[in-house]
Amino acid sequence: MTALNRAGWRPEMNAAGGADDNVTFTGNRALMLEEPLIFEIGSTETTGVDFDEAASAGDLGGLARSAPIGLPGLSESETVRHYTRLSRQNYAIDLGLFPLGSCTMKHNPRLNEKVARMSGFADAHPLQPQETVQGAYAVIHELAEWLVTLTGMHSVAMSPKAGAHGELCGILCIKAALEARGEDRRVLLVPESAHGTNPATAAFAGFSVEDIPATSEGRVDLAALKARLGPDIAGVMITNPNTCGLFERDMKAISDAVHAVGGYVYCDGANFNAIVGRVRPGDLGVDAMHINLHKTFSTPHGGGGPGSGPVVLSEALAPFAPLPFVAKQAEGGFRLIEEESADEQHPQSFGRMTAFHGQMGMFTRALAYILSHGADGLKQVAEDAVLNANYLLRSLDDVLDAPFGASGPCMHEALFSDRGLAEGFSTLDIAKGLIDEGYHPMTVYFPLVVHGAMLVEPTETESKAVLDQFIGALRSIAMRAKNGDPALKSAPHFAPRARLDETGAARKPVLAWEG
Amino acid sequence: MRYLPLTPDDRSAMLATIGAASIDDLFADVPAEARLDGPIAGLPPHASELAVERHMGALARRNRAAGDGPFFLGAGAYRHHVPASVDHLIQRGEFLTAYTPYQPEIAQGTLQMLFEFQSQVARLLGTDVANASMYDGSTACWEAIVMARRITKRAKALLSTGVHPHYRSVARTMAKYTGDVLVDGDPALEAGTDWAALAAAIDKDTSCVVVQYPDILGRIDDMTALAEACQAAGALLIAVVTEPVALGLIKAPGEMGADIVVGEGQSLGVGLQFGGPYVGLFACKAKYVRQMPGRLCGETVDANGKRGFVLTLSTREQHIRREKATSNICTNSGLCALAFSIHMTLLGEAGLRRLAAINHDRAKMAAAELAKVPGVSVMNDSFFNEFTLLLPAAARPVVHTLAEKDILGGVSLGRLFPGNDALANGLVVAVTETVTEDDIAAFAAALKEVLA
Repeated sequence: MTALNRAGWRPEMNAAGGADDNVTFTGNRALMLEEPLIFEIGSTETTGVDFDEAASAGDLGGLARSAPIGLPGLSESETVRHYTRLSRQNYAIDLGLFPLGSCTMKHNPRLNEKVARMSGFADAHPLQPQETVQGAYAVIHELAEWLVTLTGMHSVAMSPKAGAHGELCGILCIKAALEARGEDRRVLLVPESAHGTNPATAAFAGFSVEDIPATSEGRVDLAALKARLGPDIAGVMITNPNTCGLFERDMKAISDAVHAVGGYVYCDGANFNAIVGRVRPGDLGVDAMHINLHKTFSTPHGGGGPGSGPVVLSEALAPFAPLPFVAKQAEGGFRLIEEESADEQHPQSFGRMTAFHGQMGMFTRALAYILSHGADGLKQVAEDAVLNANYLLRSLDDVLDAPFGASGPCMHEALFSDRGLAEGFSTLDIAKGLIDEGYHPMTVYFPLVVHGAMLVEPTETESKAVLDQFIGALRSIAMRAKNGDPALKSAPHFAPRARLDETGAARKPVLAWEG
Repeated sequence: MRYLPLTPDDRSAMLATIGAASIDDLFADVPAEARLDGPIAGLPPHASELAVERHMGALARRNRAAGDGPFFLGAGAYRHHVPASVDHLIQRGEFLTAYTPYQPEIAQGTLQMLFEFQSQVARLLGTDVANASMYDGSTACWEAIVMARRITKRAKALLSTGVHPHYRSVARTMAKYTGDVLVDGDPALEAGTDWAALAAAIDKDTSCVVVQYPDILGRIDDMTALAEACQAAGALLIAVVTEPVALGLIKAPGEMGADIVVGEGQSLGVGLQFGGPYVGLFACKAKYVRQMPGRLCGETVDANGKRGFVLTLSTREQHIRREKATSNICTNSGLCALAFSIHMTLLGEAGLRRLAAINHDRAKMAAAELAKVPGVSVMNDSFFNEFTLLLPAAARPVVHTLAEKDILGGVSLGRLFPGNDALANGLVVAVTETVTEDDIAAFAAALKEVLA
């Protein structure tokens, strides 16, 4: 690490006047360490990997890559330090409460990491002869059985790569089912409170999207929904529990009404963690629901993926599920159903969504999580998640406006609005204030149906002591926002960075190192 | 339950604060007919760490791990040596257990890493910009086709027969529902690509031409002329790279004029993982950046003037644009992108070039040895670390017989192109730095025996 960090202290900073006693030569502040880019400290001649053998120059003629590529290398010691220093600029669930509503940041058990790295799983090729990967098929099948049983559904498509990919899977099943019936229905009804992926998925699959209105208590307006139903409706996409943190009381009635006009019910299962082991979506008339293994079943979020989005399906949609899938054979063992066997085994499949079998590394982790909890533990997961969220809701609703606080208990997340804050103070200020208190903020400005929304999801893996301290911190910040404390407007003060210029980033995008 | 910290006393105290008599009160909105009273019947109860590890270990041992013996599979997933520090670093809790960096002040670690990843990918693929990753190569390929439609306002995509059949299959699935027209088919067992024919087939309705490099049969070719033909006709050239290590040795698609370059990044850092999670690479010319799918990280400054990074251009994305978004993708492959980036940093340009050259040398050695087996020939004139063998008999049963001898000897074209008898005798063989000379000798001897 020889180069001075451009991001840290620079001579002109002090030259500009104003002796800031907190400025250090390096830009570091004790354990808060600045770190340059690899492009500033590495060299294209350096490598951190030793090879045993020399290599020939190659004989590729005009295709040989002769021009410099510009990829810097570091020694192993420098590499470990670079990424370790970067890691320390991240908040993470391992550091504390991470109450991002609808994202379900719960503890990630390390057993699951160990299991996923067993060589039989981590070092197996997706196209190995089937007789050499029966254990991998067994994992997929065992997890599939759990998902089907926990949801009370008919079957499950395991290959979708993340939640939004699972949505696409479910919606394509609906499209294929309609085609099989010879019907061209074009409209999907989606509540305004839905995740953005819902309308984006519907549009990606060629449907037009219409909003379903909500009642004043934050649930789908059943009467308005029924009034819109007709022969052009392909189906609905409902999130349950919904993004206001409420259970859709009328879910069964919604399903029945949609089915009565020949439509299908897609359920966004992002919030399944609130009801796992206590409610089976199959009992509510759902036809398709994706399950985010990285939410309900605690595979790590990894700073933005990988996810995994298996889709449970009703008997009506199961025939259209994508390829490939694992089938248990009567004579024992498992067989992969792919294009070649689909004609006899699964003739109505809508096709393949991804190259291989899905997120195997997430399947092993999710199965280890499920087996660790068992049927009794999963039920406790839902109950504790809901208990923690209601505890937060009722411990904060005297200082923060809870727009649906009178709508009954919340499920796994508590929703607040920015109502009552001092003039000029916003949800963003509360979020940034939480950073200074040592927390990751809650989800902000979502769902869109609530002004300045703050969606708080504690999850079941937090203790009462942690919640009590968080409640204290959030109450303190809420009071500062109500009283117009100007210091809150410039928070965070103690993070590796102050508020960043996102407008400038978008106006003149710098997306790659240009040095 | 070891992951649940609430005690019975905690639960009672919290219910009292809430004003609920029991936990069931909190589920009162669930209709009675959908309420479950006890644990779901027929499922086992919770288990200790020891018991779960034992169960999963038994399942893992039912698989033949690639490293347990000679191994020659590729066809879209490659086995490379991953330095130990990669897996150590991605298990840092601050990376592993962080979320998408929505709060940039406390996510600079992930954001700076993504900026470095984007920069590395753009340079490797020879383009101006790259995004923060997609699910995998196959889904990135489809997203590129859709992006070309948005840019050109045309909907006919010409797919080279050399594109991975599973990638073509994904595109065909999606095109059925989006109205895109795909022209595609299976490859011929020839040393040359179909790129000249593709150039001739471009017309005024063509949105894009999609080629794979190296292709599914291991062939490499110069795409300069094809890129010029695309440009002349107002179509885009999309190049798919499923083995990024190759680009340490052969020209990048962007250098040869490709407009969009997508790929599978699994080769670096990620490992085989039985097909996922992998990391989709997505890169393009700067002028198309606002039509890209997925997350983008950009450089900016904070309120004190310090450099920092944020997710940017999010007005393309579903959480802002909803049904008008460029894609529905939300979660990507952040942790796999980190693994890719660390491995690439360890290699550096010098290491990558050397690794690629070693792969190529080893593959040439294997091709020469295998071609000595009676009745066997190498189809390719040119290749990187993967080539197609032509056997005197159908390759698929041969693969199974080799597996009985504990040799995983490649991917048969019968598996990749089922039902296409013209390809049945083809066997795609990949040879990376993990393959030893002894492995090659064992493979050649076994193949000779099986074919005798």
